[in-house]
Amino acid sequence: MVEVTPHANNAVPAAEVADVELYHPKSWWTTYVFSQDAKVIAIQYSGTAIAIGMVALVLSWLMRLQLGFPGTFDFITPEAYYQFITMHGMIMVIYLLTALFLGGFGNYLIPLMVGARDMVFPYANMLSYWIYLLAVLVLIASFFAPGGPTGAGWTLYPPQAILSGTPGGQAWGIVLMLVSLILFIIGFTMGGLNYVVTVLQGRARGMTLMRMPLTVWGIFTATVMALLAFPALFVACVMMLFDRLLGTSFFMPALVELGQQLEYGGGSPILFQHLFWFFGHPEVYIVALPAFGIVSDLISTHARKNIFGYRMMVWAIVIIGALSFVVWAHHMYVSGMHPWFGFFFATTTLIIAVPTALKVYNWVLTLWRGDIHLTLPMLFALAFIVTFVNGGLTGLFLGNVVVDVPLSDTMFVVAHFHMVMGVAPILVIFGAIYHWYPKITGRMLNEAMGQFHFWVTFLGAYAIFFPMHYVGLVGVPRRYPDIGGTSFIPDSVHTLNAFITVAALVVGFAQLVFLFNLFWSLKFGRDAGGNPWRATSLEWQTPTTPPPHGNWGDTLPVVYRWAYDYSVPGAPEDFIAQNDPGPQTGHVAGPA
Amino acid sequence: MADIAQTAPDRPDGLKGIAADWASDQRAFKSVSWGKAMMWIFLLSDTFVFGCFLLSYMTARMSTTVSWPNSSEVFALHMFGADIPLILIAIMTFVLISSSGTMAMAVNFAYRRNRRMTVILMLFTALMGATFVGMQAFEWTKLIQEGVRPWGNPWGAAQFGSSFFMITGFHGTHVTIGVIFLLIVARKVWRGDYDRGQRGFFTSRRGDYEHVEIMGLYWHFVDLVWVFIFAFFYLW
Ligand code: HEM
Ligand SMILES: [Cu+2]
Repeated sequence: MVEVTPHANNAVPAAEVADVELYHPKSWWTTYVFSQDAKVIAIQYSGTAIAIGMVALVLSWLMRLQLGFPGTFDFITPEAYYQFITMHGMIMVIYLLTALFLGGFGNYLIPLMVGARDMVFPYANMLSYWIYLLAVLVLIASFFAPGGPTGAGWTLYPPQAILSGTPGGQAWGIVLMLVSLILFIIGFTMGGLNYVVTVLQGRARGMTLMRMPLTVWGIFTATVMALLAFPALFVACVMMLFDRLLGTSFFMPALVELGQQLEYGGGSPILFQHLFWFFGHPEVYIVALPAFGIVSDLISTHARKNIFGYRMMVWAIVIIGALSFVVWAHHMYVSGMHPWFGFFFATTTLIIAVPTALKVYNWVLTLWRGDIHLTLPMLFALAFIVTFVNGGLTGLFLGNVVVDVPLSDTMFVVAHFHMVMGVAPILVIFGAIYHWYPKITGRMLNEAMGQFHFWVTFLGAYAIFFPMHYVGLVGVPRRYPDIGGTSFIPDSVHTLNAFITVAALVVGFAQLVFLFNLFWSLKFGRDAGGNPWRATSLEWQTPTTPPPHGNWGDTLPVVYRWAYDYSVPGAPEDFIAQNDPGPQTGHVAGPA
Repeated sequence: MADIAQTAPDRPDGLKGIAADWASDQRAFKSVSWGKAMMWIFLLSDTFVFGCFLLSYMTARMSTTVSWPNSSEVFALHMFGADIPLILIAIMTFVLISSSGTMAMAVNFAYRRNRRMTVILMLFTALMGATFVGMQAFEWTKLIQEGVRPWGNPWGAAQFGSSFFMITGFHGTHVTIGVIFLLIVARKVWRGDYDRGQRGFFTSRRGDYEHVEIMGLYWHFVDLVWVFIFAFFYLW
């Protein structure tokens, strides 16, 4: 038997904690539908997120068709274009990326990676998914509601968001959007509490905080941030809902619409912007930090080398998380702020670049002289680093007040955030799916389809968003359905716009290959075995693949080392699993 | 099997010791159960919700160009032939704060396995909570009769009514939810569910007396939030 020296007091619980009480499903319904197993919930979350993400993808085609060939498609009116933009942006950021990283990967990986049997509150975890599904359904309902979905832009800025000139402003659109967001936040909170408490209080014996894989660190920190940032969005949504339905004036100044003085008066639109971006900026890192974490593990595993500077990586994640709460007004340089605020927020924004750059260096140093296997996960990880650096560099431009002011609301901004929070995290998601699909299903994804998917997506994303920087620099504004014959816009922009559209369509269709691969490999994929990548972390050491209900069979794993013991000199294999007592390597990072 | 103890060096003293405990395996907070940890973190998140509400209210109040209604007049009651400022709110606050006291006592009795006293004190707490909500309903009625609406009021800035109804309403909802859960937990204590480790209806998990304490955490939080709402709405 294993002995554990209690650290602080005698309260160190036995390996099998008393609170662990698995819910054992009794019927088909409670096994597959109303399941309380985090792995099933993870797949439900991911499936829903990908499904709604496809809607956002189709919307992006429609937008691109309009931008590339303005006037060709009669049904894309300016109103429709605004609706497409809004729904595309909101779905991508919240309902796809947030839900997939935290609800999907969080649910699947946290319990397995920290050596728990399940999340700590499986019932609340289940509710979390069903409320998320409800939020998605409400969002979809707005496509069919009278007046259609809201066209306020994903930032939903008042006063225009609830005025009649905006699509859905005085109809159902904005109401359904706000209700859907409120539901999402409630649902997320139930899941988020689970992820945080599982990491803090539900780890296996020997799994110290400083032995957790960086994936867990990333998802954990992002969840903590979400629990503190979503409240601001929640409050903003409630207040806007009241402005719209009850006639309050939280955000609404006195204004005249079509010659009519409205009932509103005395509210502050800037207040909404503060609330929104207090949520909105951390949100960027809520999708970025899980990506950072996952990519670290992909790189280390597929380069057969320990991650460079593990402690630094952990601290960088935590510091980025904390700093991202004090930079929000860099989205408001043109909203009218005291110049000192601009100075303050520009400074904090540039400071965040330090830990972020540090992470990039560490990834590169991990690759340095590693035994790099160009597997699909590794390809996506490399593509992520390049793309993220690219988006990060343009971020430095936009973080400076004087540079941002002329660039604000141009396609340059669109190019920037697609690089840094659109393409980069999506690349990690793909890499992660290629990496963990074998664990989830027991089969490998098809390599040929995967290679095709990778190259088209990676090169295609650059074909789409690289020229967009130029389009923005010459002054093409964002959120314009048609730039017409504006004299300062050179012809090259029109050519590029058509080119970008073609690229976007190609990239979009490549995603269908990926989706097909997901289903095809389920049946025809190569048998994966339990640990195809010869990886160290606990999820690869489960008794069966896919992991059984309760994850570990009779005994919980005991952890002896960090997750990065690759190519240890003298070891019999080029990796040592975290639960392998083997020779002590001295790589016991952090207080044990 | 190898002895894992060799990877757990002696616990250092001072700050380093604290860090070592925190980062050690299995649990960051050694004696905190899952349920309690979850409640604390939820309350942290909820603090941000109330914080955003109150900050928004302060912004509205400070930036409005119209005068703000005078709180000692608006919240006065006409009793015994005189207008007594803030009398109702004083009573409400007193009731709510006292209910925190009875809640704390209930937790104490629960840990001593004194079911009778626990139930009595919890019911008492719930009663005071319900009284608080009742008085709040009375106050709302009075203000509505005097013409205060979310979109305007006879005395000044429209944001007065909007933020007042929104924030006290949100807080009142918290109290109401608290009362409902107090009753549910009290019933479980009464039936002896926690002695028998009876499984919950929804969660199918065994309950124990700690639920009373977790309930108490929520209740104290709601009371604490009230102190801030009281200060910012009625005393400012
Ligand atoms: C195939 C990939 C994609 C294409 C072709 C695409 C295209 C577009 C286009 C054309 C716009 C509108 C630009 C404008 O006129 O202002 C836009 C806006 C936006 N996109 Fe994407 N996008 C893609 C993927 C993503 C992803 C993965 C995200 C996730 C973060 C995302 C987030 C946004 C946001 C937040 C907006 C701003 C919406 C607004 O202005 O309110 N997009 N996208
Ligand atoms: Cu930002």
